[in-house]
Amino acid sequence: MKRIATAALAVTLLATAGCTGSGGGGTSGAAVPGVTDTEIVVGTHMPLTGPAAAGYSKIAPATKAYFDFVNANGGVHGRKISYKVKDDGYNPANTQTVVRELVLQDKVFAILNGLGTPTHTGVLDFLKTNRVPDLFVASGSRSWNQPDKYPGTFGFNPDYTVEGKILGTYVKENLSGKKACFLGQDDDFGRDSLAGIEKILGPVAAKESYVTSNPNVGPQMGALKAAGCEVVLLATVPGFTALSIGTAAKIAFKPQFVVSNVGADPTTVGKTLGAAAPLMEGLVAANYLPLNTDEANPWIQLFKKVNAEHNGNAEFDNNVVYGMSVGYLFVQALQAAGKDVTRDKIIETVQKNGFQGPGLVPLRFSAQDHSGYAGQQLTKVESGKAVYFGTPYTTDDNDGPVAAYQGQAATPPQNGVPAA
Amino acid sequence: MTDVRTKDAVTAADAPVTARRRRVHPVIVIAVGAVLVIALTYVLPPFRNYQLATVGAYLCVTAGLTVLTGLNGQLSLGHGALMATGAYTLALTQNKFLNLPLSFAVAVLGTTVVGAVIGLAAARLRGPYLAGLTLAVATVVPSVTSTFDETFNSDQGLSVALDPPPETVPMEQWQAWLCWGAALVVVLLLALLVRGRFGRDLRAVRDDETAAKLAGVDVARTQVLAFVVSAACAGVAGALFAVLAQSVSPGAFPLTLSLFLLMAIVIGGLGSLFGALWGAVLLVLLPTLSQSVGESTGSQRLEGNLALVVFGVVLVVVMLAAPGGLASIRMKTRFRRNR
Repeated sequence: MKRIATAALAVTLLATAGCTGSGGGGTSGAAVPGVTDTEIVVGTHMPLTGPAAAGYSKIAPATKAYFDFVNANGGVHGRKISYKVKDDGYNPANTQTVVRELVLQDKVFAILNGLGTPTHTGVLDFLKTNRVPDLFVASGSRSWNQPDKYPGTFGFNPDYTVEGKILGTYVKENLSGKKACFLGQDDDFGRDSLAGIEKILGPVAAKESYVTSNPNVGPQMGALKAAGCEVVLLATVPGFTALSIGTAAKIAFKPQFVVSNVGADPTTVGKTLGAAAPLMEGLVAANYLPLNTDEANPWIQLFKKVNAEHNGNAEFDNNVVYGMSVGYLFVQALQAAGKDVTRDKIIETVQKNGFQGPGLVPLRFSAQDHSGYAGQQLTKVESGKAVYFGTPYTTDDNDGPVAAYQGQAATPPQNGVPAA
Repeated sequence: MTDVRTKDAVTAADAPVTARRRRVHPVIVIAVGAVLVIALTYVLPPFRNYQLATVGAYLCVTAGLTVLTGLNGQLSLGHGALMATGAYTLALTQNKFLNLPLSFAVAVLGTTVVGAVIGLAAARLRGPYLAGLTLAVATVVPSVTSTFDETFNSDQGLSVALDPPPETVPMEQWQAWLCWGAALVVVLLLALLVRGRFGRDLRAVRDDETAAKLAGVDVARTQVLAFVVSAACAGVAGALFAVLAQSVSPGAFPLTLSLFLLMAIVIGGLGSLFGALWGAVLLVLLPTLSQSVGESTGSQRLEGNLALVVFGVVLVVVMLAAPGGLASIRMKTRFRRNR
């Protein structure tokens, strides 16, 4: 009977752990989960460790820093924003656990900016069943834009097909007649991007793919060189952008690289390339937020100030800009939703849209469209820094035209906190 | 075949099985376990129920692995890959037919077949060579999924279509029932299996192959069978994880998972099914614990890495304090009292 007694003991222990653990979280019974008179709790899952941590691990601390800045200025409708960041190591199994912990135990109001296509895809159903707003997912997969199936999920990044069409347009207009090829990640990211590129350019001359678990693109670059490619479009994460450029240089293959926004932050890529960083010179990419090196931009000035005051003066790269832009947008949504915020209300508010923020192009949110930014502007690396050229473009993930966007960029409010 | 454990551990690991045979029939233990689990699912908050379900899923694989490694002396570093086999089989079948019992059956069957193939090769290998082979199996998972990306969708993996649980049962409670139902059946079958002649054969082969052969035990057959049984358990666990995560991807079954499983059964107590339970509990609790410790220190980078350190420290401490694992601790005190 001893064993049964121990088993019972183990079970009791587990139960006690359960009871003590569930103490925190929502205080008022029937009220909105995660919202009290003085606080609003939101959570996220991020790759703070693991294969995708390079660069991306800086996003959540930046968002948190912006919230701290807002809290120091009185918060939103008298509430301080508390941001719970959980590390999932870019492993979908961990994402399941940490998101459940956030929703069921920490009772967060919403999941904000969960990062990654494979990781976040797995929790869509869970968040839908629990009616948790799933705001501004940090990925450009088209999966987030399914308002009928997932009414509470919204993207943030321009989707990869939109981006592909814009990069394709650049190649068509500026590098026509050159042989264009493609290297992409072997998932929705690569496939959606290629779909966009081929909508504009027609079939590419050669296409290759890679997986993040195998850090070697030697065979792929060799094949692209053998195919005589003059332009290589990359749908790669930062580490693989660096790897592709470095590998190409090693085999004396010097095409014009045109890179997706998610893999093109010059600070992150340059750090990986190390002494070979000058290879990035002339690299064409795209972005939709102010660039970290643009000191004259009022948004960058604001974010740098927040970074210095609340983020321990972390190295200021485009991941920090991204994280703070997400924070800004969420505060805008909270302000617009009003004092009596509920989960349904925030979704309604985001669908209403009309947010003017750091983005160069408008957000697409509406009742029928849950994808994020509507387009991008091209950048080129000049003396180690990315700089914008031309005008921003907007388009859709279908057969809509790639059109120049003429709207004026907004400027941040005086105190750096969006008004109600 | 004795390179896996020390002499001390063998005696300690054997003792529980003999002791249980004299005392309580496994069916009674399992029945009590089932009542406890059902009661627990009603009192625990949803997130703890989810963790409880995860313990159940881990228990399936640790129980199978402890029989293979503890009782038969075959060291497998590839059980994570066998779980992946079960998980992918379930995902593919489920997405095609949307029939959970059928998908489960196919998943277990598929993993059993893969286990038989590996087991056939494994029966010819000893010690480090066997470890090497199973290690290769564990590392090949991502390559397989990216080579046949049309079917397995590479690193991104597949999502699993699931019917919602019955209206009246909350999702997490339903998951706990499902996982523990499967785990208790697996453990019961294993307990019954190792009580009888098969269990004696397993131990005989582990302790001395020549002696076993002289006593008329078919060594190769026993080893292959042990591997197949253990693989089937891993298949059940993999299928459960696919259901829990509603998705499968190679990232969920990395090499570290296989190593963690092995560590868990060693800490729990090699060859003991109760040790497997302890191991499964630790696999869920230690990462949670280290995460909250990491959070309280304020360093978010620490969270993901601290679990490894904690596991290592626990392994060292347990091996020093109780070489037979957690399950052996009470055995020693009882012996002392009996004397």
